[in-house]
Amino acid sequence: MLQQILFLSTLVVATYFIRRRINFIAGAIRLGKKTVVDSDPRRIRNLLLVAFGQRKMFVKPIAAFMHLLIYAGFILINIEVLEFIIDGLLGTHRVFAPVLGQAYPILMNMFEWLALGVLISCFVFLARRHLIKLPRLNSPELTRWPRMDANLILVSEIILMLAIFTMNAADQILQGRDSHYTASGSLVLSSLLIPFLENFSTTSLVVIERSAWWFHILGILGFAVYVTYSKHLHIFLAFPNTYFGKLEPKGQMTGMPVVTAEVKSMLGLEPVVAQPPSEPGRFGAKDVIDLSQQQILSAFACTECGRCTAECPANLTGKKLSPRKIMMDVRDRAEEVQQGKSIGSTAYETKSLLGDYITKEEINACTSCNACVEACPVLINPLDIILELRRYVSMEESGAPASWNAMYQNLETSFSPWKFSPTDRFNWNENQNKS
Amino acid sequence: MKSVSTLAEFAARGEQAELLFWVGCAGSFDDRARKVTKAITLILDAAGIRYGVLGTEENCTGDPARRAGNEFLFQMQAVNNIQVLNGYGVKKIVTACPHCFNTLRNEYPELGGQYDVIHHSTLLQQLIDEGKIRLQEGGTFKGKKITYHDSCYLGRANSIYEAPRAVLQALDAELFEMKRSRAKGLCCGAGGAQMFKEPEKGNKDINLERTEEALATGSGTIAVACPFCMTMLRDGVKAKEKEQEVQVVDIAELVAASLKAS
Repeated sequence: MLQQILFLSTLVVATYFIRRRINFIAGAIRLGKKTVVDSDPRRIRNLLLVAFGQRKMFVKPIAAFMHLLIYAGFILINIEVLEFIIDGLLGTHRVFAPVLGQAYPILMNMFEWLALGVLISCFVFLARRHLIKLPRLNSPELTRWPRMDANLILVSEIILMLAIFTMNAADQILQGRDSHYTASGSLVLSSLLIPFLENFSTTSLVVIERSAWWFHILGILGFAVYVTYSKHLHIFLAFPNTYFGKLEPKGQMTGMPVVTAEVKSMLGLEPVVAQPPSEPGRFGAKDVIDLSQQQILSAFACTECGRCTAECPANLTGKKLSPRKIMMDVRDRAEEVQQGKSIGSTAYETKSLLGDYITKEEINACTSCNACVEACPVLINPLDIILELRRYVSMEESGAPASWNAMYQNLETSFSPWKFSPTDRFNWNENQNKS
Repeated sequence: MKSVSTLAEFAARGEQAELLFWVGCAGSFDDRARKVTKAITLILDAAGIRYGVLGTEENCTGDPARRAGNEFLFQMQAVNNIQVLNGYGVKKIVTACPHCFNTLRNEYPELGGQYDVIHHSTLLQQLIDEGKIRLQEGGTFKGKKITYHDSCYLGRANSIYEAPRAVLQALDAELFEMKRSRAKGLCCGAGGAQMFKEPEKGNKDINLERTEEALATGSGTIAVACPFCMTMLRDGVKAKEKEQEVQVVDIAELVAASLKAS
């Protein structure tokens, strides 16, 4: 009974924190401009293939396979977590065993094999970070917290999996000694641990089994709270992010209808419509509020894998730009603004995304080559954000590099980015006639 | 050699061109790119296509302004161009510049310019496939080692990877892929209006990185399909002091050089 009350209160506390955090993140996403999204059938297809099916992960097959193990482990072992929660609330033990009958040991064995897969994958992933030192996992933008975040996730997964094995081993011994322990059938992997545990007294085994049980479920609940603070949020947000991802050809930039109306009236193509004075609005983006909700969502969906940065030609040649850092900055800034708003502080207003987080040097280095967009396994588009920031610099600040301003001037006066006389444009043809 | 007619001349004769060849600023002004322009006119003539150009009525599509952030300037250029194009009733456009191609094809429609736009690599492939142009058998490039550099605005931006390769294959050339190619192809460093400014501070220029990958294939010819890639890779080859052994050429030039006299 005491255990049930304790469990219920833990569940309530965890739910409270998760809910609070979800509201916070939703608020941060809503800082952005509302995006109208069509219901193109390709969206569902992307969600199923890219997020659920992880299609783009398989560009790197080995990493993809191990990631798949952790992912499948995460989803399937959650069925066991459901049993944990019911057991925790009702004071039962392995409540699914009688219901599932013959299928139960098969299912549990499958979970154990998956758990082993998760365990191995997590060790390999830790090794990639610390022994192999994969460049994209050791870039400068991965400061203390992002590194810590990655390690915490991997280490806690390892501990959680070890807890499952310990619990199942103790449980199997207890099944022969105590009628409360429902027969689970033989579990191949955890029974390998039985020799280490079978000399313990029943009381100590109950303590071990209960501790491992509590450790596992507390770990899971703690993890659920922690995930909302972590880069690991991609396990949920990859799904909406692939759904909302860009469907147009990658080369197509987002239009600006406000500018079109103005240009057309300037050229006398459309009558100037007296529009009701709307909010002034900025050209391009200076801060997160100028981005779209979809763009902020994508920053929360980023798991900082760095495939984008590893492919970025600017980054590869030592420029400051890192597409991953663009996404991390958008997220950090969105959280900062939302935090300020929720506690009623205005300190965030003295800063902005462009300038305090992302510098002009970074966005000016971009070749708009779409390598980052192509590389992202969950359809995040750092390029669109970079281009929005450039629009702000050019149109609101007139702060583009001097040579770009010269190029603009050439376009205005000679209709070519170079300073050639427009009357010479067809000279190539005269030359051809002479030859 | 036939002279190239402008759409204005077509209109004056009461005729309509079946195809507009959008030359682009590089193809009009850049000495090296002009050779590509001429190669394309040769091919179009050989295929017997009634094509026209805009001549001095053509303006920059606005791509560099848009990528650098000046949307006003882009749209001013675009709307002006669209007026000219719609005025002539243009239906189909071919261009040798992937940046013009991307802008005309993907970005003009929402400003009122709806055209069937193809890149010259696609057109060349079609002409070869349909037998409208015939290439010399055992031509100059038979068995030569060629590597193809994917332009970002053709490849990733518009998913055109195979057409230029099919053209090279039709020349009987031996195609060697670089370490990074197709969807993973490395940019030449010119896109996003980088062509019109000095690179930001770094430890290497992007075109050198890419040139090294191209040279590593051991090919004597680096084929490109973009005037900006052409400039960047030529500069790279020069910097590596390989201009004697390695040539950077557009796929249209290769085709033009192999045309069978009819």
